[in-house]
Amino acid sequence: MTVLEALDIGLAALVLAVAIWTIAARELFAAVVGYVAYGLLLSLVWVRLFAVDVALTEAAIGSGVTGVLLITAAMRLRHTDPQPVAEQPGPVMRFAAAVLCIVIAAALAAGVLTMADPGPTLAPDAARHLAETGLGNPVTAVLMTWRAFDTMLEKVVLILAVIGVWSLADDRAWGGVAGPRPLPHQQGPLAFFAQLLPPVGIVVAIHIVWVGANEPGGAFQGGALLAAMAMIVMMSRLAGAPPVDRRWLRIALVAGPAMFLVIGVMGFFVAAGFLAYPDGIAKPLILFIEAFMVLSIAVTLPLLVIGPPDRLPSGKP
Amino acid sequence: MTDFLLAAAGFILLTVAIGLARILRGPENVDRTMAAQLLGTGGIATLLLAAAATGVRGAEDVALGLALLAAFASVAFVTSVTPPSGDDPS
Amino acid sequence: MSVADIFTVVAVGAGCFFFLAGTAGLLRFPDSLTRLHALTKADNLGLGLIVLGLLPQATGLLGALKLLAVWVLVQLSSATVAQVIAQALRRRGPSS
Repeated sequence: MTVLEALDIGLAALVLAVAIWTIAARELFAAVVGYVAYGLLLSLVWVRLFAVDVALTEAAIGSGVTGVLLITAAMRLRHTDPQPVAEQPGPVMRFAAAVLCIVIAAALAAGVLTMADPGPTLAPDAARHLAETGLGNPVTAVLMTWRAFDTMLEKVVLILAVIGVWSLADDRAWGGVAGPRPLPHQQGPLAFFAQLLPPVGIVVAIHIVWVGANEPGGAFQGGALLAAMAMIVMMSRLAGAPPVDRRWLRIALVAGPAMFLVIGVMGFFVAAGFLAYPDGIAKPLILFIEAFMVLSIAVTLPLLVIGPPDRLPSGKP
Repeated sequence: MTDFLLAAAGFILLTVAIGLARILRGPENVDRTMAAQLLGTGGIATLLLAAAATGVRGAEDVALGLALLAAFASVAFVTSVTPPSGDDPS
Repeated sequence: MSVADIFTVVAVGAGCFFFLAGTAGLLRFPDSLTRLHALTKADNLGLGLIVLGLLPQATGLLGALKLLAVWVLVQLSSATVAQVIAQALRRRGPSS
C-alpha cells in the first residue's frame, strides 16, 4: 500500500465516521457542527477524485452558506420547547422508518454494485467537441453548452426558492427587511474583519469565475463566494439587507436566467436553435451569461439564508 | 519528497480528526465550534500538502476559498449566541 | 536531496508538531479559554510553517503568492475568531 492509498483510505474512513456520528448525535448543535466538518472533509475528497470544480462548490456552499444557515438555525431552535412525549414516534413508527431506510440503502447499494464497468459515459464525446466551444474547462463546457437548459433551470429553481422563503413573511412585514439589524458605530475585531475580508473575497471570486473558462472554477463557485462576503457584512451588523421590494434587487435576482433566456432565444435566429451559440463567439457569449449569473447567485443565496422579511424598512416591527 | 508530503498530510488529518472528539464531548457549544475551526485549518493544510504532492490543478484555489471562509462557522455561532452590541467596550 | 527539500522537510515537520500540539491542547486543557489559546497555535504556527515549507515546492510566482494568501487569510480569520469567541465567553461570565 502506498502512502497515497493510505491517505485516501484514511480520508474515506474519516468521512464515514463523521457522517455516522452526525446522524447519531443526540444534540442538535453537535450534529450541525459535525455536518460542517463533514462538508469540509468532502471537499478534500472531491480534490482527491480530481473533481476540483465540485470541491470549490462544496467549499463555498458548505462553509459559507449552508454552514451559516444551519448554525444560525440550531442556535435559534435552542430556546424552543423540547418535543412533547406524545409527539415522539412510537416503536412501530421507528421500526417502519428503519425498514424504509434499510430498503433504500440496499437499493442504492445494489445500483452501485451492479453498475456496468466501464459505465455508460458521454465524457469522450464531450472531450472531443471541447475545442468547438473555445473553453478549456470541460465542466464549464458541459454546464453552459450541452446541458445549458438544465443550468438555466437550476437558476430558476433558486429564484423559486427565494419566492418560497418570502411567502413565509408576515403580511405586515411584506416589502420589508430580513436578517440581522445593522447597528451604528460598529467596531471591534468582527467589524474590522468584515471590512477587510470582502475586498479580498471579491477579487478571489472574480478570479474563480474568470479562470472557470479554462481551469476549475465557474459562475456558481464565484457567486457563492460573493454571497458569503455579503453575509459576513450582515452578520457583523455593519450593513443590513435591502428591503425585498427594491426594484434593483428584483432585477439582480432574475438577471442571470433572463440573460440566459435572451441569448438562448437568439440562438433560434443566429445559430442552430434554442440555447445554441453561433460558431466562433461561443466563449465570449458564455462568459457574458456567466457574469449575469454570478450577480443573480450572489444576491439569491444571502436572501435564502436570512429568511423572510420580518420588519418594515423603518425598523418598526 | 512526494511521500513525505503525503505522510505529513495524513498526519495532520489524523491529529485534527482526533481533535473532533471535542465535538463529541463538548461540553459546551463553544468547544464544538473550536473543534470545527481546528478541522478547517487542518483541512487547508492537508489540502495544500496533498496538492503539492500530487499536482492537482486548481487545488490551491480550493484552499483559497476555504481560507476565505475559515471564520464563517465560528462567526455565525458567536453572532447568534451573543448578538454584537454597539456599546461593546473593546 | 537539495537544500530546498531539506528546508521543506524541516518546516513541514515543525508545522505538523504544532498541529499535534494544538489538538492535544484542545483535548487536554481544562477550560474553554485555554483551549482557545491552544487552537490559535495550530492555526498560526502550524499552517504558517507548512506554507513556509511548501514555498520552495510551489509552481511559479503565482502559486507561491496563493500559498501566502491562504496563510494570511487564515491568520486574519483565526485572529478574529479567537477575539470574538473570547469576547462571547467573557460576556457570559466565568461561572457557566
